[in-house]
This record gives sequence, C-alpha cells and structure tokens, in this order.
Amino acid sequence: MTETMQQPALSAPQAAPWRISQRRIVAFRKKFWVLVLFLPPALLLFTTLVVLPMGEAAWYSFYRWNGYGLPTEWIGWRNYEQMFRHGAFQQALINNAWVIVASIGVQVPLALWLATMLVKKIAGAVVFRLLFFMPFILADVAAGLIWSFVYEGDYGLAGGIAKFLGVQAPFLLDDPNTAMSAVLAVIVWKYFGFHMMLFIAGLQAIDRDLLEAADIDGATRWQKFRYVTLPMLASTVRLSAFFAIVGSLQMFDMIMPLTGGGPANATQTMVTYLYNFGVARMQVGFGSAVGVVLFVICVVMAFGYKRIFMRND
Amino acid sequence: MTSLQTQEGGRRLDIRTRTAIYAALLLVAAFVVVPLVTTALGGFKTFNELRANPFGLPGDWQWQNYGDIIVSQRYWLQMWNSLVMALLTVVLTVTFSAMAAFVFAHVTFVGSRFLLNYFLLGLMFPAATGILPLFIRIRDLGLIDTYWGVVLPQVAFGLGMSILLCRNYFRNMPKELFDAAFVDGCGYIRFFWYVPLPLARPIIATVGIIAFVGSWNSYIIPLIMLNDERMFPWPLGVMIYQGEYATEWQLVLAFITLTILPTFIAFILAQRHVIAGLTAGAVK
Repeated sequence: MTETMQQPALSAPQAAPWRISQRRIVAFRKKFWVLVLFLPPALLLFTTLVVLPMGEAAWYSFYRWNGYGLPTEWIGWRNYEQMFRHGAFQQALINNAWVIVASIGVQVPLALWLATMLVKKIAGAVVFRLLFFMPFILADVAAGLIWSFVYEGDYGLAGGIAKFLGVQAPFLLDDPNTAMSAVLAVIVWKYFGFHMMLFIAGLQAIDRDLLEAADIDGATRWQKFRYVTLPMLASTVRLSAFFAIVGSLQMFDMIMPLTGGGPANATQTMVTYLYNFGVARMQVGFGSAVGVVLFVICVVMAFGYKRIFMRND
Repeated sequence: MTSLQTQEGGRRLDIRTRTAIYAALLLVAAFVVVPLVTTALGGFKTFNELRANPFGLPGDWQWQNYGDIIVSQRYWLQMWNSLVMALLTVVLTVTFSAMAAFVFAHVTFVGSRFLLNYFLLGLMFPAATGILPLFIRIRDLGLIDTYWGVVLPQVAFGLGMSILLCRNYFRNMPKELFDAAFVDGCGYIRFFWYVPLPLARPIIATVGIIAFVGSWNSYIIPLIMLNDERMFPWPLGVMIYQGEYATEWQLVLAFITLTILPTFIAFILAQRHVIAGLTAGAVK
C-alpha cells in the first residue's frame, strides 16, 4: 500500500478539503468493514475487563464498601493509610523484594551455569534440558502442594530426612523465621529451568568465531566466559531479571497451597495480601487500594526498568 | 558440522571436566526429580508406610488409591471443566487477537498506533490489580459460576501479548502478497481469510499454546469467579481435595499426581512446540 492510500481523507494535502477524491472514498469503504468487524471484539473485552476495572479500583479505593449497591461511604485516603501502617503489608513488600533478590541472586546464576554446561556437546544434554524445564510447565498450585508435602515434618521428605539423621523433624513452613526461605527455594525449583532455556537460546546465538579467536589468543576458560560470553549475554541477563521482577509482583498461586501467607503473615506477597485482606473479607475499597498500589509499582518498574537497563535492546 | 561444535571450538572435553559436569547436572536433576517422584510413589503407599518410609519404593503397591480417584466423578468433572475453559480461552484469544493484529499490521487509520499502545498497556500489570472491580463486573453481568465468567477475563488479559505476537508476524510477511491481492480487487476481509491467516499457522500455534497453558494452570481468576464446586477447574479442585483429606497424604499425593499427569503427557508429546511457544512468548 502506498502512502496516499494510508492517509485518511482529512489530511489530504493536494485536494481542496471539501473535495474528497473518488479513490479515497473507495479506499475508506474498503477499510470500513474490516475496522468495524475486526477491532471491536478485542477492544470491547479489553476495555471492560482490563482497563475499566483498573480505573474503578482507583475510584473504589477511596470508599469503604462491601461490594453491594453503590459505594457511598467516602473515607478519603484512609484505606491507603491503613495499608501502609499494616505490618503485614510492609512484610509483603519486603517479601516481594526477597523474591526478586533470590531470583536474581540464585536463580539467574544457577540457570546461566547450567546453560553453559548444556550447550556443550555432551551425551544426554537434551534429556537434562527437558528435565530442568519440567517444573516450569507445572501449575504453581501443583508445585506448591508437592512442596508442602516435601516440607511436611511428619509424613513428608523433611520428616524422612530428619528421621534418617536422627534429629527432630523441622516444620519449615510453620516457623515464621524459616517459612519465607522455604518458599523461595520452591520458586527457584519451579523457575530456574525457564531462565536456563533463555540462556541456552542466548548462548547459541553467540558468534563462535569470537570464542575461537579468544582460544587462539590463549584465553583461559574463565577469561572467555568473563570477557566474551558474559558481555554477549548481557541482554538475555537483563531479560531474565525482568521476568524475575514481573513474576515476583504476581506471586500468588504458589504461596496459597504452601502457607496461604502465614504463619503470622511471614510469607505474604502483594497479591496474597490483596486476596487475604481485600477479597476474602469482601472489603472492596481496601482491596482496590492495594490493587492501585500494586499497579503503580508495576508501571514504575516496567518503565523504569526499560529506561535504565534495556535502552539498547 | 559447525552447528554441532562445542563451546570450546570443537575440542573434546577431557575426562575430568566431563565428570565434574555430570556430577553437577545429576545433583540438580535430583533436586528437580526427587519431589516429583516421591509424590507419585507416595500415592501408592499406605498411610503408615508413608510415615515410616517416605523415600523408596512402596513395599505393598496400593493401586486402590489411584483406582478410586480415577473412577471418581469428581476427578473427571474438574478435568472436563479445565479442558472446556482452556479450549474456549484458546479459540477466543486466537480469533480476536489475530483479527485485531491484522488490522494493526495492514490497515492504516487514524489512531492505529494509539490503539495498539492501548492494548500493550495490558502487558504491564497482572490480573490481580483490578480483581475486585473485575469480580463486581462479572457478578453484575450474571456470569459468576459460569465458564464465561472465567474465560472472558482470561481472554481479555491475554490479548496484549497475543496481539503483539501476531502483529509482528503479520508485518514480516512479504508486502508483494498484499499488493497482488489488492490489484485483484480483493477486500481486506476476504484477503485476511485466504492469505495471511493460513500463512500465520506457526504464530497461531504459539499464541494458542500460551493461552492453553495459561488457562489450564490458572488459579486466581477461577478462585474468585467460581463458588460452585461442580464448576471448579483442577487447580481449585485439588486444593479442595487437599483440604478435605488433609490427614491422608497418600490420597492427596495420588490426586495431585493424576491431575498433573495430562500436563506431563502433553509436554512429552509436544515438547519442542511447548518449549518454543513458551519461550517465544517471553522473548518477543
């Protein structure tokens, strides 16, 4: 299609504004039906179920409301005040940060390390890749349930190991001091395979001539990794970290079967907090306020991250 | 053979490195596999054996644990619910996003860029943020405890990513195709149906896989939109089951194993497509 056909009648530079050329009318008529039939389904669904609820959340967040009738009890910023003063909410923010730290500090290096081994020509590489990717395809709920059995001190694996060693069985998920670490281990278990696949794809895209050149220059294996592979993987590392952040902000499905946010709110995340204190108690105003804060964090993260780290990608 | 060459520029690895690599890989493999295998085996044990011997093979295989579940109506009902909701989600997501993406890729109109960015907004925040107003909307539409009450929000939240993937794919098709068709006097809609859509099969498969896996594993939206147990998809069903049989872990383990079994079978059968689909959605 040429430029002249693309521009709608309004911006026609050569014709007088009141005389629309025949060609344009034909082009517009052609477009009319496709626009009227193809866009509205997506637009309607997206607007009513994604965009409007977000706007309504901002509106409801200033009310105390149980969800029936119309919100009438305006309470200003009190929902927000109450939330930021609530210890459980502060804990949720800290836990979200912990998920990001564990992902970037443990998961990404682990995934990168495994990826560098599995791109090599070794027997069984394909099987290992599949195996490591397997937890990722499991539902978070299933992963959470399986690990709640693993951590179970009476019947589970933790109990079995403790019995084998002849020590008192630990109940990691029931102790506020250890529960969050236990949850983080499950997150690493579930997601490292996904990050590994990203790194394998990234490693395969690296130009082999560079590594051969380094070989000829007598670089050690570590030097090759540090000065050739790692810089070439920088954009994959940033992408991987980005997913870790997005995943942290959504973390919910896995926490529910493991701890439900407990014990004593030790494992709340933003979304479990929203569920436990907003949805479960049908406090629409309060829950909406939590949603708004989560939204703001997501948007700031998305824009901030793009601006600071992904400028060149 | 270049594609098969190793990182070390084609040299074979010496025995020591090889051993170290395998040791590390096996260690990680154990970390991945042990929870899964003990779960599956635990389902074959009696309660007392599970307590005495959580590791290792069952002394006396309790096929009954699995048998009772597999003939129960409850298991098949929740699998059916999950399947129906996943299929509806896939069909709607693919249809709506392919149509919208085609418009964004090939029909120019005022505000096209703005509208595309509007959809991409949806990529930025999770469904949980507006979940309460969403619940109220679905309730007011009378869709609580229906498949649509779960499917429509899932489709709506999948649109951003799917439209982006499809649009990039449509845009990369050769322009000559379009010029030729338009010279022949073909309308946009007929053209869409006969030319780009059949060519777009790979991206439709990708979008479909992402939508299916997302819906199959989805938890928070059904949790909020469904109260009636007969409508529950398996992630809700398995949680309820665990709540009911909390003291009989062997049954819970058998139930978990059976619910995740279809996922594993599908993954093994279509691993290439699944991995490609799920990572493509991430990278693009």
